[in-house]
Amino acid sequence: MMLEKFVLAAVTTNPKKVPSGTAVFHCDSKEEMETVAANLEAILDGIAHALTEELLIIVKH
Amino acid sequence: MNEYTLPIVFGLMTGTLTRLSMLRTDYRQYPTYLHGKIIHVALGFIAAGLGTVAGPAIMEEEFTAITFLTLAASQFREVRNMERNTLTELDSYELVSRGKTYIEGIAIAFESRNYLVIFTSLISTLAYLIFNIWVGIIAAIAALLISHRLMSGGKLKDLVEIEYIEPRFDGAGLYVDNIYIMNIGLPERQKEVLRYGMGFILKPKNMNARTTIANLGQRQAVLHDLSTALGVYRDSGTPALVPLAKRDLDDGRVGIFVLPQERDIERAITVIGDVPTLENAIRMPSEKKNNEGGAGA
Repeated sequence: MMLEKFVLAAVTTNPKKVPSGTAVFHCDSKEEMETVAANLEAILDGIAHALTEELLIIVKH
Repeated sequence: MNEYTLPIVFGLMTGTLTRLSMLRTDYRQYPTYLHGKIIHVALGFIAAGLGTVAGPAIMEEEFTAITFLTLAASQFREVRNMERNTLTELDSYELVSRGKTYIEGIAIAFESRNYLVIFTSLISTLAYLIFNIWVGIIAAIAALLISHRLMSGGKLKDLVEIEYIEPRFDGAGLYVDNIYIMNIGLPERQKEVLRYGMGFILKPKNMNARTTIANLGQRQAVLHDLSTALGVYRDSGTPALVPLAKRDLDDGRVGIFVLPQERDIERAITVIGDVPTLENAIRMPSEKKNNEGGAGA
């Protein structure tokens, strides 16, 4: 089976709502979350998708 | 030199000229200039030779000699395979890929054009042999016109109305009109998308067009041609900047989102309208009769 999409990482400011089973990056502010997500996006060739105001996921398409 | 030499030379010339007239390198730059063209002109010359000698074979009542045309069929099927393999290999290096449906369409066109060359050479040589060179020339012109008529397929502007719509964000969701394109989470990326992005709505003119533009290969062909003609604002490793085409499930409209380097709305609409309707994408649900029944019919 070939996976077409895969969650590579999650970046969040709310430690209570982080998913399990993937790499999670905790951030102190929204600005830090966006900076970390932008770096991860570039490093992992993924796209940062916003699920909520407090949670971004990096997805490989 | 015998009685067949001049008709054969004439047939070779008309066939090769037909192939040359059908070999256009436009903005898509395929076939490549110059070596790619030489291959196709050479294959066209071979096809012209095969078509031409069939004429004298018929005149000499050597009917079994016609069977060598089957050689041509297998030879030109190889041409299709060659084009398919080459383009598939190259497609992985394109910033916006052509897609398999477009590649198959190009490969079929290359094969069929060689058959049209055989047809032109055969008709013009036979007309020369049976009548005279003037009738041969008229037959060659007629065959050339028929070939051009047969090789020109439909364009997207025949199927859809094209309208420019500024893309917008609703939260993290990117929309073209009311069609959801993708989720872009980073505000910085959203600004980039709004600065460079362009949106278009393809509104199908009828039920057949609705099904045809729903084809993923046809949509990819639009994205590829648009990105080739207007440039593309992206690089490898920037999947958030990839052009996309999504469908409105309610009415079959297709929303096109692209990031061109040249933001020229009129030119973009012209390019989309000129995208060929891919043979493998065409569907005709209106041809399905109501009284036709049976499973899989």
